[in-house]
Amino acid sequence: MRRGQTIILNLVAVLALGGFLWLAEGNFDGYKIQILNLIAINIILALSLNLIYGFTGLFSLGHAGFMAIGAYICSILIMTPDQKDMLFLLEPAYDWVQNAHAPFLVAVLAGGLVAAAIGALVGFPLLRLGDDYLGIATLGFAEIIRVLANNFPRLTNGALGFKGIPDYANLWWNFGWCLVTLYVIVRLLKSNTGNVLKAIRDDEAAARAMGVNVFRYKLLSFTVGAFFAGIGGALLASLLTTIDPKMFLFTLTFNILMIVVAGGLGSLSGTVMAGIGITVLLEWLRVVENPVDIFGYELPGVPGMRMVVFSLALIMIILFRREGLMGMRELHWQSLSKVFSRGRA
Amino acid sequence: MNSATFIQHMLNSLTLGSLYALVAIGYTMVYGILRLINFAHSEMFMLGAYFVFWGITLANLPWPVAMVIAIVVTATLGIVVDQVAYRPLRDAPRISALISSIGVSFFLQNVAIVFFQAIPREVYRPQWLENPIIMGGVRVLPLTLFVPLLSLALMLGLIWIVYRTKAGLGMRAISKDIETSYLMGVPVNRIIALTFGIGSALAAASGIMWALRYPQLQPIMGTIPGFKAFIAAVFGGIGSIQGAVIGGLALGFIEIMTVAFFPDLAGYRDAFAFVLLIAVLMFKPTGLLGERLEDKV
Repeated sequence: MRRGQTIILNLVAVLALGGFLWLAEGNFDGYKIQILNLIAINIILALSLNLIYGFTGLFSLGHAGFMAIGAYICSILIMTPDQKDMLFLLEPAYDWVQNAHAPFLVAVLAGGLVAAAIGALVGFPLLRLGDDYLGIATLGFAEIIRVLANNFPRLTNGALGFKGIPDYANLWWNFGWCLVTLYVIVRLLKSNTGNVLKAIRDDEAAARAMGVNVFRYKLLSFTVGAFFAGIGGALLASLLTTIDPKMFLFTLTFNILMIVVAGGLGSLSGTVMAGIGITVLLEWLRVVENPVDIFGYELPGVPGMRMVVFSLALIMIILFRREGLMGMRELHWQSLSKVFSRGRA
Repeated sequence: MNSATFIQHMLNSLTLGSLYALVAIGYTMVYGILRLINFAHSEMFMLGAYFVFWGITLANLPWPVAMVIAIVVTATLGIVVDQVAYRPLRDAPRISALISSIGVSFFLQNVAIVFFQAIPREVYRPQWLENPIIMGGVRVLPLTLFVPLLSLALMLGLIWIVYRTKAGLGMRAISKDIETSYLMGVPVNRIIALTFGIGSALAAASGIMWALRYPQLQPIMGTIPGFKAFIAAVFGGIGSIQGAVIGGLALGFIEIMTVAFFPDLAGYRDAFAFVLLIAVLMFKPTGLLGERLEDKV
């Protein structure tokens, strides 16, 4: 398939998505729109984790930490000084926190950039560690961020967190950022850098022997991943309009990891599909927590059942379909056109 | 700080440290044999405590009986988890088993939330653990002595198993080289199951004593002690049982003393261990007593 055709098909797909969002905005109820928003944010987060873990082989469990950074930075910037005046009950905010104000686009970008900067900073010592140790150390990093958020009332309002964050993050912002994320990561992986990252994942020692500066590429991948995790966190804060340190527990990283594993480590299209599937599934599973009425006999709802089913699903995937939905394969126009032409023949 | 307070703090750090050590042993044994960070281990800690609570409230068992039964049940559960969630993945990439263990950890935690509810529960403490003994101006709860003594007994039992029995010989063989152990006729799967059983039993014992000391049960109570115990294992040198004990005691000491001497830092106490971990990994990745890691080429 020629390049021109691919570009046209991509444009058609983006336009179709735009049309769908436009229809959704007019016709769907608030709950469904909320799910669509979550889908977009989860895809951003899962793509960024897949870049770090699936394509570079860096087992990072620190996503919740980067999300927290993005969420706090963005919220501080989009809340008005008056709002912050009312909000900081424990202790008054630092002056620069109090007076900072920026439009939404700048705030989200700032969230991403600060997350990326901190990612690069902690990546320096941590990325020298091997797989499991890196996992535990990044987990520790996320936990430290959470403890700091709890203990810096003048910056984060401590355990109370922020309420009434302006809800700028609508379908257009979220899916816009989702497309940007997808575009950047696809371009990155298609470039020579992408090949180097995959080489490091497949055999680090060999990559090093070929003269690759392994550390530099790991740091690059980790920083880009942290950037988009920060963006995802920022959008999530504005979507939910409330954040507090408890939100950024390890569970959050776990949900993202689940999407990446289910979609296939090393498959972007798998991540997108799993992002849609799992977000919908997680919402749909709320059914098991509500009372169910069967032939006049009421089954009581079981609170917490949702996560039981969810974690069971992760175990099943890893036991029976270790490579996830797509493995390392990608869905692109070529493979689609092959499917269709085979159907015609 | 006068000497009585200091002794008090020392006893507290010994208690906390030995609780960390018991959990750390489980991490270190499994890691030594399978190179797997068993995230579900911290749930064994939590379940052990809940099982005792059940034994007492539902079955009206006396304390010691409930404790023994809870430890046995948890050990069995640890073996079941290995058989169901890890054994099918023995030949898979290591990361698969790790993700499976994260899944099991969340599964058990959420099952606990469903069965026991997320609200914290009070724990009944036997009276004899609460009457303070006064020794030369130091007021000591029998609990503060009971915990380290029972932990010590359990650790000695473990060392006896590892260094004096055939099964222990098998464990040491597998941790050196699992493939050769298969060839030499070591019943690898049975010994791995035993390792999970022993590790889970120690974690349960630790969880039960933790619940006596900090008398509250919560489905997420295992997570933070679990992470800290893992850090203790890394600090001591993962794969080494003595290292896990030293690491656990050191971590308990550091935590209690930092909070005692710098009360302002109390809010950060859950972050100390992670800072320590990152520092240790930077300068001595194999921990105090760890073996040299070989570079794979």
